[in-house]
Amino acid sequence: MARIIVVTSGKGGVGKTTTSAAIAMGLAKRGHKTAVIDFDVGLRNLDLIMGCERRVVYDFVNVINGEANLNQALIKDKNCNQLYILPASQTRDKDALNLEGVGRVLEELSKDFKYIVCDSPAGIEKGAYLAMYYADDAFVVTNPEVSSVRDSDRMLGILASKSRRAELNMEPIKEYLLLTRYDPDRVESGEMLGLDDVQEILSLHLLGVIPESKSVLNASNSGIPVILDEKSDAGQAYADVVARYLGEKKPLRFIDSKKGFLRKLFGGK
Amino acid sequence: MDQSSILDFRSGTFFAPILVLYNNDLEKIEQRLQEKIASAPDFFSSSPVLFDLSELNENDKKIDVEALISLLRRLSLFPVGIRGGDPSQEKRALELSVPVDSGRSRNDAILPEIQRKDDTMPEVQPVIREAVRAPAMMITQPVRSGQRIYAASDLVILAQVSAGAEIMAEGNIHVYNTLRGRALAGVQGDTAARFFCLDLQAELVSIAGIYKTSEDLKETPKKKPVQVYLRDQALIIEELS
Ligand SMILES: Nc1ncnc2c1ncn2[C@@H]1O[C@H](COP(=O)(O)OP(=O)(O)OP(=O)(O)O)[C@@H](O)[C@H]1O
Ligand SMILES: [Mg+2]
Repeated sequence: MARIIVVTSGKGGVGKTTTSAAIAMGLAKRGHKTAVIDFDVGLRNLDLIMGCERRVVYDFVNVINGEANLNQALIKDKNCNQLYILPASQTRDKDALNLEGVGRVLEELSKDFKYIVCDSPAGIEKGAYLAMYYADDAFVVTNPEVSSVRDSDRMLGILASKSRRAELNMEPIKEYLLLTRYDPDRVESGEMLGLDDVQEILSLHLLGVIPESKSVLNASNSGIPVILDEKSDAGQAYADVVARYLGEKKPLRFIDSKKGFLRKLFGGK
Repeated sequence: MDQSSILDFRSGTFFAPILVLYNNDLEKIEQRLQEKIASAPDFFSSSPVLFDLSELNENDKKIDVEALISLLRRLSLFPVGIRGGDPSQEKRALELSVPVDSGRSRNDAILPEIQRKDDTMPEVQPVIREAVRAPAMMITQPVRSGQRIYAASDLVILAQVSAGAEIMAEGNIHVYNTLRGRALAGVQGDTAARFFCLDLQAELVSIAGIYKTSEDLKETPKKKPVQVYLRDQALIIEELS
């Protein structure tokens, strides 16, 4: 049986797709057969970040409508043979997806894959609902700012009350916090919420902190998930996240301000 | 198509407030209902409601079921059942698509007995209401932004209540964690209701409709257990020691 992971946030632009691509690649690299699905119908971003946009023939909506079978639509990743991408359609709107159809596709994928990563669209409407409904685990992607934290909190309420697990009175979805675009200098200067503040408000199990990093943009421009950039801070932080998710212990990195560090070094305040 | 994916019957309970009528004057009923609704509009708007005519019928007070149903609907309540009606009232309700509920809850049965005992002592009224209230509702999961909880009883919450969440109870509210959202105790007007919490950072606290907002709460110490209650129409916030 596959484990279904939803990468969700409520708020847009916080790093869901970046995270979906990174952790799907991270899991696959460790030998777990993984599928990553783009639920952002109409926008279609994941295939760009995975660098497979030119190989998209059929998409998620085609499979749901029975116009193509899964094997025709799944794209094998160019860097890792354990990773497959199910792209979203660019030409349809959100109504093209439905709960029953999504359930069917996930069930079929479950037979063959170890992990299924669902890249949720922003918002708390239908698209985000469909992406989280069947999930076993949720990675709640949050930026260190008040509006993002509030939206994540809202999404957590939806996970706890509207998901399949909630409706069937099963063990609830396992919720993990992923703090992304973290900039310790801006936290230090008070422009952004600190890790502790976010943790206190959301009180969630923290899976990792991803620093704000140029390497993310570089990676997405070259169509390679940032986790494969092993020298970059963001890539290493994502590798830690995957390791922690799989049960390994890793200390947090990239959370201290360089300025603060220098100040400490020179004995200033 | 696979037969099993078309529909399912599941056992489950369905929550609806029960409207017990003691008076058959529709005008008075309407007025009182409007007041109740105004005290918790979010809860009552579009709420299902089951009406109970047993008190009326025991005292030979007849009520026009059709008029009652249309009154409820006009106030945007949804009558979903009649209880304690006579055969003609039940028949009329059925014709208007309101099913008959023959069940009687445990609390319904307790009520007349206690009342008879204390008939002459109006000041013990609050005690009776305490006895009639359902057992406390217990919540163990965090109450997140956008979620809302209503207890027709006391409400006990063991996890945090986020900003943007709302908890309401007809009785007392206990939050054994941080409250950042809105908490309304005694929403049906019980001025003796109290509110307890381990860390008060609320957007709003209210007892029987008398409230303070986060603006008024700035001075209250955070991360300290407090209780909130009414004294002479004023909300008192007190550290628990
Ligand atoms: N750690 C990071 N450091 C720097 N930039 C980042 C980081 N994570 C994400 N970004 C940038 O933020 C933008 C949004 O990222 P992404 O598309 O992953 O977010 P999203 O949550 O999927 O957005 P949407 O809600 O639109 O689907 C992108 O330009 C991406 O490059
Ligand atoms: Mg995205």
